[in-house]
Amino acid sequence: MALGILRELSDSTADTLRALGRYALFAGRLASETPRALLRFRLVVEQVHNAGTLSLVIIMLSGLFVGMVLGLQGFDLLERFGSEESLGTAAALGLLKELGPVVTALLFAGRAGTALASELGLMRATDQISAIEMMAVDPVRRVVMPRFLGGVIAMPLLAAIFSMIGLYGAQLVGVQLMGVDQGQFWSQMRGAVEFGDVMEGVLKSAVFGVACSLVAVYEGYHSMPTAEGVGRATTRTVVISSVSVLLLDYMLTAVML
Amino acid sequence: MKQTRAIELGTGLFVLLGFAALFFLVTQITSREFGLGEGGYRLTASFDQVGGLKPGAPVSMSGVTIGRVESIAYDFNEYRALAVLRIEPSYDRIPDDSDASILTAGLLGGQYVGIGPGASETFFEDGDRIQFTQSAIVLENLISKFLFSKAAEQQPAEGPAQEAQP
Repeated sequence: MALGILRELSDSTADTLRALGRYALFAGRLASETPRALLRFRLVVEQVHNAGTLSLVIIMLSGLFVGMVLGLQGFDLLERFGSEESLGTAAALGLLKELGPVVTALLFAGRAGTALASELGLMRATDQISAIEMMAVDPVRRVVMPRFLGGVIAMPLLAAIFSMIGLYGAQLVGVQLMGVDQGQFWSQMRGAVEFGDVMEGVLKSAVFGVACSLVAVYEGYHSMPTAEGVGRATTRTVVISSVSVLLLDYMLTAVML
Repeated sequence: MKQTRAIELGTGLFVLLGFAALFFLVTQITSREFGLGEGGYRLTASFDQVGGLKPGAPVSMSGVTIGRVESIAYDFNEYRALAVLRIEPSYDRIPDDSDASILTAGLLGGQYVGIGPGASETFFEDGDRIQFTQSAIVLENLISKFLFSKAAEQQPAEGPAQEAQP
């Protein structure tokens, strides 16, 4: 009985380690293929369209509402200290450093990550990947790489758009609705936000882009070739990307503060 | 063919929008300004205490931003902090007996340099030095001054009372 539990435990530990190792090896493979894949730029552009342009509406809409909520909550909080003019600073820093990259990455995992994983999973299930292999074309090079790079390129741009729209939303609520002075809102923000803050957000979203795309591509490419397997790969994509984004966010924040 | 064109167009639009957003964030939200870096003339001012003043902070007259703090360094000849202010070229009629003081915008706001105009008939020129300066107010000093003055007020009142007890 006790031996059984112990064996199960050691098995599951070994499984986790193996999965981690497979991820690392796959990431290394993708990294080594990157320069060559960038040469076939047309394929990448197609995937930037899939991951980026098609996510634009959901990103912009979410950004607007997140910004508006930030405006309301920030105003309520700052009003208690009698410094509602700092709303611009609070909203800008919150959006640039945290909410922009993180919420974009979570939405990206839900919108583009699942699409990638299920597409690759279906290709695997319908033997399209075997067919490509049979034509002596490396499926990682032809199918996986453009999708991975498309996600990596799209994410920082999406996060920047999210932050900008969010700031507009915060301004809309704070200035138009709650009556914070428009000049104060912008000038305090410009005084307090530094170039490094913007770059911190960009760096974060770039890391999240790599993480989310890697998870989606890996889970899709290695899914079981069954209907259930594709479904499971999609679910795992969302779960693993979301958790790893939040985990990475803490680590990145701790390093960069 | 038509479909790929639409895709390329959409992607181009997306990338353009993304970079425009990034550019907006960098130029509009931070105090960094591009292209305006070289114009204007420089004034120097030395302060006993610059507090939280940072390069890039605004220099203002009556609340109108007329320039930026370019650099802050410690001057070992005077043992004071030396700030270089870059004033925009259109504000070239500042009397040369004007004073500079470090002020705080709002309760939690950043610090900036405020210039109060003097009465002189001659104006500042490039490289001039502002003679009259007022340092930043350090809150800790203010509080300790207040406490000491309170203590000094109370001491004479308490003194006789304690002697009377035994």
